[in-house]
Amino acid sequence: MLDLTARTQTPKTAAEVVELVADAGAMGRPLEIIGGGTKRGVGAVEADSVLSLAGLDQVIDYAPEELVLTAQAGVTLASLETLVAAQGQMLPFEPPHLNRLLKTKGEPTLGGALAANLSGPRRIRAGAARDHFLGLQAVTGRGELVKAGGRVVKNVTGYDLCKLIAGSWGTLAVLTEVTIKVLPAARAERTLLFFGLDDGRANAAMVQAMNAPAEVSGAAHLPHAVAARAPLNGRMAVTALRLEGFEASVAARADHLAAALKGFGPSETLDGRRSRDFWLQVREVEAFHNNPRRLWRLCVPPSVGWKVGQALAGEAIYDWGGGLVWLASDAEPAAVRSAIRALGGHATLYRGDGPTFEPLAGPLAALTARVKAAFDPKGVLNPGRMGPGGATV
Amino acid sequence: MKMPLPDAAVIARKAEIVRALQRLVPGEGVIGDPAGLVPFQSDGLSAYRQTPLAVVLPETVAQVSAVLAWCQANGVKVVPRGAGTSLSGGALPLTDGIVLGMAKFNAILEVDYPNRCAVVQPGVTNLAITGAVEADGFYYAPDPSSQIACTIGGNVAENAGGVHCLKYGLTTNNLLGCEIVLMSGEVVRLGGKGFDAAGYDLLGVVTGSEGLLGVVTEVTVRLLTKPQTARALLLGFASVEGAGAAVADIIAAGVIPAGMEMMDSPAIRAAEAFVHAGYPTEAAALLIVELDGPEAECAELSAQVVALARARGATSIQVSTSEAERLSFWAGRKAAFPAVGRIAPDYFCMDGTIPRKQLPHVLTRITEMSVQYGLGVANVFHAGDGNLHPLILYDADQPGQLEAAEAFGADILKLCVAVGGVLTGEHGVGVEKRDLMGEMFNETDLACQQRVKCAFDPDLLLNPGKVFPRLHRCAELGRVHVHRGAVAFPELPRF
Repeated sequence: MLDLTARTQTPKTAAEVVELVADAGAMGRPLEIIGGGTKRGVGAVEADSVLSLAGLDQVIDYAPEELVLTAQAGVTLASLETLVAAQGQMLPFEPPHLNRLLKTKGEPTLGGALAANLSGPRRIRAGAARDHFLGLQAVTGRGELVKAGGRVVKNVTGYDLCKLIAGSWGTLAVLTEVTIKVLPAARAERTLLFFGLDDGRANAAMVQAMNAPAEVSGAAHLPHAVAARAPLNGRMAVTALRLEGFEASVAARADHLAAALKGFGPSETLDGRRSRDFWLQVREVEAFHNNPRRLWRLCVPPSVGWKVGQALAGEAIYDWGGGLVWLASDAEPAAVRSAIRALGGHATLYRGDGPTFEPLAGPLAALTARVKAAFDPKGVLNPGRMGPGGATV
Repeated sequence: MKMPLPDAAVIARKAEIVRALQRLVPGEGVIGDPAGLVPFQSDGLSAYRQTPLAVVLPETVAQVSAVLAWCQANGVKVVPRGAGTSLSGGALPLTDGIVLGMAKFNAILEVDYPNRCAVVQPGVTNLAITGAVEADGFYYAPDPSSQIACTIGGNVAENAGGVHCLKYGLTTNNLLGCEIVLMSGEVVRLGGKGFDAAGYDLLGVVTGSEGLLGVVTEVTVRLLTKPQTARALLLGFASVEGAGAAVADIIAAGVIPAGMEMMDSPAIRAAEAFVHAGYPTEAAALLIVELDGPEAECAELSAQVVALARARGATSIQVSTSEAERLSFWAGRKAAFPAVGRIAPDYFCMDGTIPRKQLPHVLTRITEMSVQYGLGVANVFHAGDGNLHPLILYDADQPGQLEAAEAFGADILKLCVAVGGVLTGEHGVGVEKRDLMGEMFNETDLACQQRVKCAFDPDLLLNPGKVFPRLHRCAELGRVHVHRGAVAFPELPRF
């Protein structure tokens, strides 16, 4: 039996989630929705009660040969990663865990990774969480249990509500059960490192690499000041290109790429675990774990990302293949947003004072507010998290 | 197949409507005469035909906006249309609505290699995008069979797939942004050249919305670098089970081929008779497996796939040794639909997806249904992702055969759902599968989707009668409380 007066509710079934959300709607008492609670600081929620999905943590079905996995939303990423690795598979969107970056307790969950539409350095080849989100069961702010999508890898039946829920940060519906696509893990990986390039030259190298038929699955540039920090403790800027796949293919592509980019200086290679460790620290933004400045996640067209360092003071990690720039900066939030908009992107404040999400305006803001109202007319779920701004989401 | 009852009052206003639209889109932009409307009566699902009130062919976003705003203000329904190749009736006209044809939006606006994307107008054909960039070593990955004719705007609306989507994804995985015009006439940009947009992923929900949410006026697509080599393998099997087991083994070995297609015996024979691709006509099942990447990768993986096929008792194995041979292996598969068109006057192409392990069971059941309905069937199948395309053969001139084919198709799709699959993998719901939506979704699920529709198009004027088996007025939906799957307003009209 649920104790509806407790501050944090941890339902064990989807029916209990329905009951909690319906009750919250009837009482006019909004809910903060959490998985492991690792991203709670990203976007302030105006709610006194917490609904935790930690009690819905079971894998329902995993069929490696069908490339699909169905699990409850509260299953931890770590347990899933172990489960699929045992079958030689992976979560292709390489979700960052971010708990060390955000200095939060708890374990990141699959539902949280989907709700935030996380992605890793492999994004340019494999996409984000949204691209692997095949089906869902969720409770809308109306307290209705709905399903969308399916449990097969190819499906266009009905609206793709999975995409809409991915990246909605729990403001539209509470995920209870999800189906994702998994893929075979790469048998081998190799990273080419180039040293001492300035941001512009590094961008040129990454553009050339991405436009070669080398299937680069990660491209990142850490300027000198960033590379000098832990964990790399390097002496020079480092620009990295990752190749993954079957051994012979990786070797052939690495040779081709090293030759094609020799104008950028001699390269060194990282194989296997050393390569994995390098990309793990990029994914988890490790160089900024102890940086006291505001931390921004900037989404910009990849080839203009390097201009962030020219437009704004601070330090940047250029995750070109992830389509991201992580910026640690004391610049005023308004100045950051306007500089990034000028580059054709948008900015999300992950750590530090100020509104988290990019405000929307015009017809898009109005449309967004109508979509929110369609799912959650009373504003029960995570109120304020993605707003205020053009739309109160 | 029933469509919503036409609004006689709107039809009576036809002359006035045409005049008003001509003011918005001058010149030859409005077609109202009966003869001129005939080519627009149907799309790729030619079993269904209706004559629209008028066809409007705008040339600018401002015209699209003005037409939609006028139609909203005047209660006129709008059916958007690209090239009209939909296989599910997505562009089937309404007799009391206009068709908004986007064919004149046919410019490639920008190719941006540093950001690996192209910005194009919606009337550009799928193949023309690749055509514009292939000399530079790039291509646009989704490749529906109709790619020579179908438009990218239609691909966005239908979330089109193709034989390469196992490895490279559907349309939705290959878009960065689009501009859409809402029924209100408001122009909204979703996404851009970055990988994420601010706010909700509205691009994701518009993609595959079958023209019910907005009219696409510009698309930013991702470009990929062309693989250095591609090699096709033609593998014959004495049984469907053997071929299915080989597919499972290939995936289990960690190989994701660029394409993996299966054909059954009737499809093999029809294709071979049509294009003489060298297919083994004695085989019960044929697999075409395409591998792409660096030469070293293709060599390693094709040896691996051959070994796996042999272990599952492949009766014939051919590996392409030249680009010409690779294309000839594909020729039969790509011509499978017209090839089947030669052996029957009419056919329906179904599109369910199933968990692959269910394939032998589902094909056995389809064969039994074929006997039961007295109609032939040939199966082509995107084996890698479990997307079935049974082609039901019939003759519309024989009384009762169309209805029998529809019933046969419905039974196949119900079976797909029953074994854990879905109604449509890439062709869309349209009118064709609209009345089967209840097989997959209950009323609560459908009401949730329809509220999204209402957020975009509160008067339900954009492509009504498609996708949803019931029309709920948005004001009623707002109040509808669905309890345990039962609607509170069962008296609302069905159509």
